[in-house]
Amino acid sequence: MLRPLPLLTVLVLAGPVLIGIAGTVLPAIGLGPVGQGLGLGPFHQVLDWPGLPRATAVSVLSGVLSTLGALGVAALILAGWQGTATFRALERLLSPLLAVPHAAAALGLAFVIAPSGWIARLPAQALGWSVPPDLLILQDPWGLSLTAGLIAKELPFLLLMMLAALGQVEHRRRMAITRSLGHGRVAGWMKTVFPGVYAQVRLPVMVVLVYGMTNVDVATILGPNTPPTLSVQVTRWMLDPDLALRSVAAAGALVQVAAVAMTLALWVGAERLCAALGRAWIWSGRGLPETTLRALGVSLAGLSALALLAGLAALALWSLAAGWRFPDLAPEALTLRSWSRFGPEMIAVAGTTLAIAATATLLSLILVIGCLEAEHRFGLTVGQRALWFLYLPLLVPQVAFLPGLLLPAWLGVGPGTGVVIAGHVVFVLPYVFLSLSGPYRAWDTRIARVAAGLGATPDRILWRLRLPMLLAPVLTACAIGVAVSVGQYLPTLLLGAGRVSTLATEAVALAAGGNRRAIGVWGVGQSLAALMPFVLALAIPALVFRNRKAMVRD
Amino acid sequence: MTEGLHLDRVRIFEGARPLLEIDARVPPGEVLSVMGPSGSGKSTLLSHLMGDLAPGFRAHGELTLEGQDLSGLPPEARRLGLLYQDPLLFPHLSVAENLAFGLRPGGDRTERRNRVEAALADVSLEGYGPRDPATLSGGQAARVALMRTLLSEPRALLLDEPFSKLDQGLRDQTRRLVFDRARAARIPVVLVTHDRADVVAAGGPLIEL
Repeated sequence: MLRPLPLLTVLVLAGPVLIGIAGTVLPAIGLGPVGQGLGLGPFHQVLDWPGLPRATAVSVLSGVLSTLGALGVAALILAGWQGTATFRALERLLSPLLAVPHAAAALGLAFVIAPSGWIARLPAQALGWSVPPDLLILQDPWGLSLTAGLIAKELPFLLLMMLAALGQVEHRRRMAITRSLGHGRVAGWMKTVFPGVYAQVRLPVMVVLVYGMTNVDVATILGPNTPPTLSVQVTRWMLDPDLALRSVAAAGALVQVAAVAMTLALWVGAERLCAALGRAWIWSGRGLPETTLRALGVSLAGLSALALLAGLAALALWSLAAGWRFPDLAPEALTLRSWSRFGPEMIAVAGTTLAIAATATLLSLILVIGCLEAEHRFGLTVGQRALWFLYLPLLVPQVAFLPGLLLPAWLGVGPGTGVVIAGHVVFVLPYVFLSLSGPYRAWDTRIARVAAGLGATPDRILWRLRLPMLLAPVLTACAIGVAVSVGQYLPTLLLGAGRVSTLATEAVALAAGGNRRAIGVWGVGQSLAALMPFVLALAIPALVFRNRKAMVRD
Repeated sequence: MTEGLHLDRVRIFEGARPLLEIDARVPPGEVLSVMGPSGSGKSTLLSHLMGDLAPGFRAHGELTLEGQDLSGLPPEARRLGLLYQDPLLFPHLSVAENLAFGLRPGGDRTERRNRVEAALADVSLEGYGPRDPATLSGGQAARVALMRTLLSEPRALLLDEPFSKLDQGLRDQTRRLVFDRARAARIPVVLVTHDRADVVAAGGPLIEL
């Protein structure tokens, strides 16, 4: 029963990617039900699209700059402040923001940085402007607001991944040695701890890079419009009522894949270059402007956290605002009118969203626990290669394989809730695995040996000892799974063929409409749907183990 | 007398609980040994000397090195060399780069390379510069760690059970090397240890916590 699970998990992760890519390549070369015969016609159409150079440039730029930005700020804050009270405060501020879905974060951010947003209202108050300034801040043609939004949203992710990696590099003693040798905090950390940490978070960094280049939800909300980023354009072609454009979409997706592959190759080259420069830097014995960099790190991280929090506050306030004219910093009055108008539909969709999320998470959890237990009982590990399988669906652009997954539609598997759930599993499973594998493997197996000595079967040990003892990490993994699922936009949109509505698809769809009160209600709804499971994951173990001191983590 | 390292009525508290009290003067070239059971605050004392006492600990009293008050100085400005039981060579760098990391700033490229080569030759490790530190034997790694520290021209040396992971023969040899070098550099040494033989070899005063 347990033995086939690791193989099944690999199939669940790799199968959709491979089938999906095949389902993208075929129409791109003119084959399949929407094709017009073998040929490169679809590619010619993509290359003829006048927006292509700009769209590709903005995709690559926003991806690379946002990754460098988030990685740089995360490194600066760790280098300059780890172990201080300031750092703990920032960590506490940033951790919950990890759970906030990309769409809700982007919508909130738009409320803050738009010409009519909170930031512009400050000078407007002071200078007596009565209309918002005529500036193209949101959806600027070079994707700068998109880049800023991605930095703010990816910073908590990279920071927590790097924090988790620190334990592997003995950073405390390494830093003590480094500083005793006369190196400053920031320069010393960059020279001795960063290389070790980066080696551990290399794959997550690449996930951020690929997501930055290819995401559709944030780019629709914050990114440029004419032309949009390449992925957004591919999605538009995909959803066009003109079926002939499906093959153009497929060809566009493959252009996107090529751009991503080239950027990843350049990134790997840049890693080598940085390593060589780092060696030269170590030989030179030079330091860094410590005070400036520490101040820069804490201000950028603080600003980024503040922007996201202000965005969430703006969403909440707009959902409750009666009247809120331009230069005013707060609404005239608060009312529940928007909630009674948009609330019932939002809550109904939230029900669907959470049902999909719970199913996808439960399926992922079964596979993950199955894999980990098989590893424990039979030593079935796929080693380092397994990690690549986990990251595969996260490293291949979603637009490149999701549309192709509807290929089996010929076989009678049409778009719908079932396919959406299956699609979510592909993206939820890696995160559930990454979150649960550490605690699962760290469980004290001497307990299993003692129990076996008392006559307990392996199944009994799993159900009665291991899983109950791992309640807290299992629930945390579930919360992460639900948050990931609640945030999935493109899989829901494409695999549901527009017929499956979730909080993510509705929130992104509303962004174009500009009804701020509706955006407020839906944005708050999506954020709460992603955050509530984390509250439960903290509360339930505390309640269950209230009389078990050793089980309550600090 | 302003030479050496002075610990004047140093008291360390963990929260409100007094952890240790120490009053000592370590002249240049002398080794002060500190012994005590685990939990007696030996490592905390070293952290305090380094200037990175963990939150939750408080310290009173004065630390002076060569007449300079150390309190308030960040670790990197104190110039106290630190050796642990593990050599803690940086695994992503070559042996030579590990040593270059210890060099104080200044001098041109050739000069710095020459100093690193000389340091390697000094502990009979000529030609080991390009090696991966993970391929060194325990004794070789300990020697590289010592030279890395000495290249930073420390004003005092702090040893945190530095010989406990070496086997017997190597331990005597490394012990002699470290103490000889500290004496030659005329710097005060604080040695925290479990091992009476360390104290005997150090030949200096002993404080038991």
